[in-house]
Amino acid sequence: MELGVLDIVKWFELSNEKIQQNKDYLTSLDRPIGDGDHGINMARGYQETVNKINTVDYAEPSAVLKDAAMVLLSKVGGASGPLYGTAFLKMSVAVKGMVVLNLRTLTGGLAAALAGIKQRGKSELGEKTMIDIWGPVVDYFTKGEISSAGLMEIVSSALETSKETMATKGRAAYFKEKSIGHLDPGSASSFYIFEALAEVIKEKE
Amino acid sequence: MDYVGIVLVSHSPKLVEGLLDIIRQVIHDVPIEIAGGTNEMEIGTSVEKIMSAITAANTGKGVLVFYDLGSAKMNAEVALEMLDSIQVKIIDAPLVEGAYVAAVESNMGKSLDKVYETVIREF
Repeated sequence: MELGVLDIVKWFELSNEKIQQNKDYLTSLDRPIGDGDHGINMARGYQETVNKINTVDYAEPSAVLKDAAMVLLSKVGGASGPLYGTAFLKMSVAVKGMVVLNLRTLTGGLAAALAGIKQRGKSELGEKTMIDIWGPVVDYFTKGEISSAGLMEIVSSALETSKETMATKGRAAYFKEKSIGHLDPGSASSFYIFEALAEVIKEKE
Repeated sequence: MDYVGIVLVSHSPKLVEGLLDIIRQVIHDVPIEIAGGTNEMEIGTSVEKIMSAITAANTGKGVLVFYDLGSAKMNAEVALEMLDSIQVKIIDAPLVEGAYVAAVESNMGKSLDKVYETVIREF
């Protein structure tokens, strides 16, 4: 598997489609245990990202990721802005200079993104945040063999596990045990992002 | 005299506008800038706004940044990383009372570290 500039652009386009389609759903998830703006914020941020990256001819995936990060940082508004922005910025740095990403370099990029999210959010696995999705995904990639179907299995089960976890980070943490049984909106948007990545990978299989 | 600058970051523009009014009743000379809401003045915070506020509040003695909720702190951290030429400290302290104490301390001409320490000790 090798992903080039156009594949990474496609990743953001497919993610954007899913986020736009599920904008109201993401916002509804954010209402009971958050501030009810996740869908609106992500839809705005991803639409602006796609608008931006469609106007530039990029030489390498790193440059796409960097522009995406900068747009998300300035356009999202909520907590997901600095978190996704930092994730893609760290990923961009990790894969700098590579014209195509293979499994090893893509894994390195995703691991750097996860480290960025943990550092920015001062959070770890199991606190009902997007790390509950990114963590298992990075573990899966690290095993050295991936498939689109395998990736979907991992993110689906990670999302289910996260649902039953009590929130100890983020705005939902104020709700303590009431957060159990609710889906974390950041985990849900991360689910769509990896569902989109699985579709990009599927085209290469 | 140069003063330590203060930046007030909030999800709501109204919140920090009001807080600035309270502090300005007493402290007039300390540079205090607000970064409230998103670029569209909706509820949220903006890295761009925080960066301009920090730049405007800096007179060379550094800037102390107060925030209201977790995601405002994350955006403040991103802004700080992008402005590595300015001495900036983000402080975990009550926004209203903390900023008030900091303004009074800065007005006495104290350094960034001293203002920071006093606010931390107070709360």
